[in-house]
Amino acid sequence: MTYPAGYRYTKTHEWIAAEGGKGKVGLTDYAQDHLGDITFVELPEVGRQLKRGEVFSVVESVKAASDCYSPAGGRVVAVNQKLEGEPDLINRDPHGEGWIFELELADPAELDALMDVETYSRFAAEEGEKG
Amino acid sequence: MSDQLRRTPLYDVHLKYGGRIIDFAGWALPVQFSSIIQEHRAVRSEAGLFDVSDMGELEITGPQARDLLQRAVSADVGRARPGRVVYSPMCNAEGGVVDDILIYVLAPDRYLAVVNAGNIEKDYQWLRGLAREHPGAQVRNLSDCTGQLALQGPNSQAILQRLTRTHLSEIGYYRADENVTVGEVECSIVSRTGYTGEDGFELYCRPEDAPVLWERIMEVGEEHGLVPAGLGCRDTLRLEAGMPLYGQELDDRRTPLEAGLDRFVALDKGAFVGRQALLAQRTRGIGLTLVGLEMVDRGVPRTGYPITARGDQVGYVTSGSYAPTLDRHIAMGYVPPALARPGTAIGVDIRGREAGARVVGLPFYRRNKEG
Repeated sequence: MTYPAGYRYTKTHEWIAAEGGKGKVGLTDYAQDHLGDITFVELPEVGRQLKRGEVFSVVESVKAASDCYSPAGGRVVAVNQKLEGEPDLINRDPHGEGWIFELELADPAELDALMDVETYSRFAAEEGEKG
Repeated sequence: MSDQLRRTPLYDVHLKYGGRIIDFAGWALPVQFSSIIQEHRAVRSEAGLFDVSDMGELEITGPQARDLLQRAVSADVGRARPGRVVYSPMCNAEGGVVDDILIYVLAPDRYLAVVNAGNIEKDYQWLRGLAREHPGAQVRNLSDCTGQLALQGPNSQAILQRLTRTHLSEIGYYRADENVTVGEVECSIVSRTGYTGEDGFELYCRPEDAPVLWERIMEVGEEHGLVPAGLGCRDTLRLEAGMPLYGQELDDRRTPLEAGLDRFVALDKGAFVGRQALLAQRTRGIGLTLVGLEMVDRGVPRTGYPITARGDQVGYVTSGSYAPTLDRHIAMGYVPPALARPGTAIGVDIRGREAGARVVGLPFYRRNKEG
């Protein structure tokens, strides 16, 4: 699996692509592969204030429901409405069309605590080996 | 993880086919090979091959074998002739379900009970306990010396017929043949049974023969669209077919009458464990009944979620999932009989949010038998 350079990653397998004080958030390829066929995404409400590590969404696959944690604090400014009709966009294009919401960052410095692509790639590979 | 789990004889075959291994009732089994939805669709339209070697096999033999089974299960095994397969709940004295099992009637004094993986030891001890009053019946646990495959889907017969001289069209629904050669493997039993709502067969063999049986079926099945299939679609297929799963729809507190299994409860056949309790319940009326649910609002109903009416909990979800054939989210669950009529609007408490659902008749999916 390959992950986009420039994104930042969490240990709970979310990514954030930040630019100019905002960041799109989604699940990594590792996460979607692990969840399997995704059939439902509970989107956060626009305007909602999120703390770093707070549950912003529940993604349901055929197998199970899974909480998703916000990579950073801030306000939800957009959500990917397409996921209501096509939740499997997360399976098909996890790092692009399958984004879940956009966050207006409370403190862009929070992203420094997240993993870069090299660190996350190693982390995900190790998690995969553990099964 | 996989180190502490029991492995079926097909463990290495699952790895070879790319199966994603999970813990299922203490067994290392594949949840999926490609995707649950793809495998589900393949079984509905073509065929899928499942490893069900985790299931238990208990042999009941002897001159009192039939008496023991008649006492142990609620269905009437007494009238079943050799070659028949009988599905039945096995109840405790309170009418709760110890397990739901398949009984292969092999001869008047020889039966094979196929039991759920998680209940093997419990059922074995239960039957041995009952056998004390039937000294002419012996119970043996053959689970460790039996491999079991399930070939399911509309193309199952065409696939399997290429590997055997036995005329499969002569094996009717819930019928079994003994000693059937499939490829180079001697199967102790081949039956037209399954847990998917499709046509199909279950094959019993020696564990050491299971890998070659799997490979031979996969080889000839390829051009019939056969795919290896995992636990994930085993669950979604049986849910669409409205088939109960022990531990979810059935347990030692819910009775077969509550679970809608009345036709497998022969109250008139004579004494059996749980009969008094079930008779009393039938007279008194049941407090909960198993229904199908279809989500109206967005959301996925899951096992254990409260079922609500006007905000109050009235029942609970036993199984729920996305249903690939129906392309909607469905569930089974227990509600009071007054709320069981198809079309009744009810709610499911999904993590604190009440999502609208409606009661629908079971099964959700029924195959077109003419097809």
